[in-house]
This record gives sequence, structure tokens and C-alpha cells, in this order.
Amino acid sequence: MFDDLRDLYQEVILDHGKNPRNFGRPEAFNRTARGDNPLCGDKIAVYLTLADDGTIRDVHFDGRGCAISQASASLMTDILRGKSTAEAEALFGAFHDMCTKDEDQWTDHGAVDEDAMDKLQVLSGVREFPMRVKCATLAWHTMRAALHGEATTSTENAGF
Amino acid sequence: MTDTATASPISAADGSNAPYDVARVREDFPILTRLVHERPGRPGKPLVYLDNAASAQKPRAVIEAMTRFLEQDYANVHRGVHFLSQRSTDLYEGTRDKVARFLNAPARETIVFTRNATEAFNLVAQTWGRANLKAGDAVLISEMEHHANIVPWQLLRDQTGIQLKVAPILDDGSLDMDAFAGLLTPEVKLVAVTHGSNVLGTINPVKDIARLAHAKGITVLFDGSQAAVHGPVDVQAIDADFYVMTGHKLYGPTGIGVLYGRKALLDAMPPYQGGGDMISTVSFARTTYREAPYRFEAGTPPIIEGIGLGAAIDYVTALGMDAIQAHEQRLLAYASERLQEIEGLRIIGTAPRKAAILSFTIDGIHPHDIGTLLDRGGVAVRVGRHCAEPLMDRFGVGATARASFGLYNTEAEADALVEAVTACKAFFG
Repeated sequence: MFDDLRDLYQEVILDHGKNPRNFGRPEAFNRTARGDNPLCGDKIAVYLTLADDGTIRDVHFDGRGCAISQASASLMTDILRGKSTAEAEALFGAFHDMCTKDEDQWTDHGAVDEDAMDKLQVLSGVREFPMRVKCATLAWHTMRAALHGEATTSTENAGF
Repeated sequence: MTDTATASPISAADGSNAPYDVARVREDFPILTRLVHERPGRPGKPLVYLDNAASAQKPRAVIEAMTRFLEQDYANVHRGVHFLSQRSTDLYEGTRDKVARFLNAPARETIVFTRNATEAFNLVAQTWGRANLKAGDAVLISEMEHHANIVPWQLLRDQTGIQLKVAPILDDGSLDMDAFAGLLTPEVKLVAVTHGSNVLGTINPVKDIARLAHAKGITVLFDGSQAAVHGPVDVQAIDADFYVMTGHKLYGPTGIGVLYGRKALLDAMPPYQGGGDMISTVSFARTTYREAPYRFEAGTPPIIEGIGLGAAIDYVTALGMDAIQAHEQRLLAYASERLQEIEGLRIIGTAPRKAAILSFTIDGIHPHDIGTLLDRGGVAVRVGRHCAEPLMDRFGVGATARASFGLYNTEAEADALVEAVTACKAFFG
């Protein structure tokens, strides 16, 4: 019945969705933000540990959400560990383009970690599901809000 | 949905005892024959439309009435001396009579047209509420209210200093009537609760609620957005002071809602919005307002939508609200039983008196994922918070999937839902 949904729900997503990595509020962190998608009821929190030079030493998340949003958050935490703030911003921009725009409309976000983008490719299926794009991008918007020192972000007013 | 009624014997529109012919009914709805998710080389899936609590599909009678009106009779209402304006006015005002009969309202003047149900709540809050409530007075709602019956009172609270009180519900989704009665304290001046929950399906004992409230001199408002489409409503029998309903869930068009108000209440209420059509005389020094209901209907009204709503009421009335209720109750019983066979599936809302609305969760699968998978199987349901976030919190869920049945749904469609949910579980297994 759901053969063509395998593009959206790839095995990696199902795996991360069921067994999210870096899940739970860590004992120590120095940046955090909450993200809210009022349309589907998803709420997550992202916890960052930033070094003095802006390197992301550690990333965790918790909260509830669909398989797409949980998998996206889980993948993100794996990918961002050890990245600089600038690298995280560049990945955010490239990932957002991948989820929302045709390839010929992607913009230049500076140096982007291509290995990381390859891993995020499993989420590109949301492009065909406009209602699910926010599920994939919620964790990233929340991470960015934490980086920028904002306490909360919502899919309904952050220009997702 | 009268307060004491259970599903009465099925009867056809002509009053005979012919069975409710759902196959024949389905032929009246052009959209029900379409396929969804068609792609080159792959046939589409038949549409199984189970999102009626969000909005219902339209019968050909409604579509054609609106088209015919635009092709033959359209002009602005209430203000022209010419042929079409008079004709348009007669047809539009004819719907007011139909709504009054549909709700068994005592007079056509008790029916106010609004943009939707939401506007009806805001109208009562900003006119009756502002004129009759002062700081410290309370409005009592319930835990199962739609945001449309929460937020207008919060706006009024911020403007005037009233309090908002919330009557709790029981675990099965019934209103806790003992707690409700206990909350009818002297500061409560209005009870505003739903006749039927859009999430739980619960049909509230509105007659008892009105009796308890009236015994203490408290005004009552009922939200009939859901209940009025699932069975007969008699605003006099339930003794409503205000009753709200909407057109688009009643198989009519979007853009038109209804506020019933007791005549003495409406006559004493100040206007809502200002503009044309709602005035008697206007000068720069002083303006006087028309009588109810026109005082509350500023500007050009939803004329075409009004014609559509009239046709929708004719349609459901011809089928018979009792017959529709019986059909849907049979579907509800069948679908509830079948869904409960699925391991890990939890139905949220199991009150003894329910409309055909089934909210559910499945262990380990988020409702949003359920919605996407069911959609690929052609089954349209709503997933999310259903504009009832406090209710989601009450049941400790972030969201639910909701299948809501209408007069054209079938047992085969309930089977399709169960099959799709089962496949969904296997997919995420």
C-alpha cells in the first residue's frame, strides 16, 4: 500500500526515528531553545554545549514528534558535534534549501560539509510532501534559535 | 441532536420505512468518485473521506443552487428596488427561515448570519459580553472546548477583567457533571460549552446543563458546530440562550455561520461591527441601529453562501436528520469495534453518547506519520491537535489521528480505514 512512501521513510529515518541518538536533556549545556510546531503538536528542545571558540562540543535533544522530526533531530545531533558555529549555519542553509527548493534554486551558503549533506540526503524526500517540510526542519530551526540565544521558536512565525 | 434522543428508526425522506440508501446518497456528491494520488503508470486510490469534522463535502444540490443563483438571480440584497435585488433578498432571507426551522428557533429574527462559527463566539463575547460582564464575573467553559470557544473569552478577559473557569471532563471524555454543577458559583454569568466535541465526539447533556445554569440565573451558549450536523437540534427543547453552528460542516459552503440568540437577549445587545445594512439612520452626530438580527450583520453579507446553506439544509432535511443520525451511529459502532481490534490502538473519547468521531493514537507511531500513510492509502483523516490543545494536554497526548464520519460514509470505508491503519503498523513495525 505504501511502496512510494519508502522515499520519505527511508530505513535510516525509521531507525533514527525509533532509536534517536543523543536523546535526553544532558546534565551540562550552555545554550538551549525550545521548538514548537503547533500544527502537529511537535515540541522539541535542543541543548548545545559551545566551547569558547564557538565550536559545538555537544548536542542533545528531547521532546516528542513524528518519525521525520525525531530522525531529523537525531541526525542533526550526530552531524553537528565538532562543527564550528559558521559550519552549523552553512549546513542549516544548505539543508533548508534541500528540503524546500528545487536544486537550481539552491543558494551559496559558503563552505558546506559535503559528507554531512550526504547523510542528510535521506530527508530530502520531504520535498514532495509540503506538509512535512516543517517536521524535517524543526530541529534545525531550534538549534539555530539556541545558537542565537533565543529561547523559543515556532514553525508558525519563524519563516520556516 | 435532542437531548434525550437515541437513534430513532431509520426512515427515508418520504416518511416511508425504506432503509437509508447510502449508495444512492453517495451519488449526490460528485467529489466522492474521484481518485487521489494518481500518477503516470499508476492508478489512483479511491477517496475515503473521513475528515468530515473538519469540513464536509458538498452535494450537487448545493453546488447547483449556488451556480444557478449566480447565473440567474444574483444581486446585492436589502437595498435595491430592482428585480434581481428583490429576488436575491427573498432567496437569501429564505435561508434565515430555513435555519430557524432547522434549529426549531421560535422566530426568524433570532437567527444571525456570521462568517463562521468562530465569528459567532466573538460576536457574543464582544457584544453581550461587553454589555453584561464586568471585572470579577466569570465565564464557565469546559475542558473539551475548541479554541474558538476559548480564545474569544480570553480576549474579553484581557479587556474587562472577567475570569475564565473550566469544567473538567472524565477519563471517558464525558463532562464531569458533578464538578460542573459545583462550579456554578455566583460570579458565573455565562456557561459556554460545546454540544458535541470535535475531538472526542462526546455529546454533552445540554438540556441538563441549561437547566442547572438557568436555575441560578446563568445564561447558556452551546457550540453546535459538530452536534448540529450529526442529528436533530431543537434550541427551544434544550432551552439554549445562544446556539452556534456553521455551514461548511453541514454540507454547505464555507463563509457562513449562524448564531441563534433568544430574542430578548439579541434585542438588548449593542451592535458588533459598524457599517452599512446595520443602521437605521446615520448622521455625523448620531447613528441609530437596526433591530436584531440586522444590527449584527454589517456590510454586504455572504449572499451566495447563504443560498448554498439553504440548499444544504433542504438536502439534509429531505434525508432526515434522524435517519442521518441512525446511519452514523451504526457506522460509529462498527468502526469503533473494528479499530479496537488493533493492538496498541487507543481511542480517545469513549463517552456513552457520542457523534461519529473517532480520535485515536497508536503506540509508537506519531499521528502525523499515521496521517501521511493513511493518505497514501486514499484515506483522508485529520491529525494534530484539532484546535483543542488543552484537551490534548488533558489526555497526555501531543496529538491524535481523527476519523470523522458523515452521512455518505460506509462500512466499507470503515474497513478501508482499519486496513490502512493495520498496514501503517506493519510499515513502522
